[in-house]
Amino acid sequence: MRPALLAILLSLSVFTAAFAVNPTAAFAVNPDEILDDPVLEARARDISAGLRCLVCQNESIDSSNAPLARDLRILVRERLVAGDSDDQVRAFMVARYGDFVLLKPPLKPETYFLWFGPGAILVLGALGVALYLRRRPAASAGGAAPLDPEEKARLARLLDG
Amino acid sequence: MIARRLIYLAPVLVFAVVAGYFLWGLGPDRNPRELPSVMIDKPAPEFTADPLAGMSVPGLSTADLRTGQVSLVNVFASWCIPCRAEHPLLMNLAQRGEVAIFGLNYKNKPAEALAWLEELGNPYGRIGTDESGRIGIDWGVSGVPETFVVDGAGRIRYRHWGPIDRDAMESIILPLIEELRG
Repeated sequence: MRPALLAILLSLSVFTAAFAVNPTAAFAVNPDEILDDPVLEARARDISAGLRCLVCQNESIDSSNAPLARDLRILVRERLVAGDSDDQVRAFMVARYGDFVLLKPPLKPETYFLWFGPGAILVLGALGVALYLRRRPAASAGGAAPLDPEEKARLARLLDG
Repeated sequence: MIARRLIYLAPVLVFAVVAGYFLWGLGPDRNPRELPSVMIDKPAPEFTADPLAGMSVPGLSTADLRTGQVSLVNVFASWCIPCRAEHPLLMNLAQRGEVAIFGLNYKNKPAEALAWLEELGNPYGRIGTDESGRIGIDWGVSGVPETFVVDGAGRIRYRHWGPIDRDAMESIILPLIEELRG
């Protein structure tokens, strides 16, 4: 691979990795929302990164600028200050907005297909491929029949040009 | 032999399933922003909302929804354009007087809400103000307008997301109110 191309690919992957680690590089949390207690604030950030903004729907409330997201961020912090556990805060949101508010869908009978469907399809596909390969006639798997003298001569002529 | 041939139908079947899913997903009647409410068949959340200043209409609280009378709770705001679209339907319903219509003024400055109601008319028998939006969150409101049908026992029976149109009013909301009163 050419060095220039390699450099571009490398920098791209570093860039993507940085975003994967910190998807909320763009801050939506305003200074006035941040709690004085760094431990509580860290928990609040962690919880709100997993809660969906109901207005934008594909953003977490931690990274959304929508007014409702701000209200929910403040509410998360209020619940934490009041002594709720992380799960209690999430349950509070789910009681109002349903499982949809959780960016990571919970594992329960309704979501089994979501969680296990891709694996099941992969296993089914692998089974199909395995069956197909086993049933294929041995001849094609064992390679073609050797060339007869006439074919060898023709091949030699072609290769010599 | 036939069983072996049936396998060639599998791609057709898979295509039909996928196409059906797309048809549903892209259908013009489906709004992907509309989320199912988890409040259906649950008691209305406990709240007390102050009346709208400058208007001689009482405020709204949970107790007002448990009077044995079917009620419509409409979440509205003066900054909400679709609210303007559904407003004539609410005015019309109010004139017929078959159902109690209550308003929850969501994240709105009282003066602006007042001006809006003075301009368009007030269909609400009670108006609760929710300037912070906290009551709205307890109702699971994600945007305005939203309209809830509450039965006489104070239980939420239906939630309409977005502006009510004539079709929704006549085919869903009015029949449901009729059924709940019956």
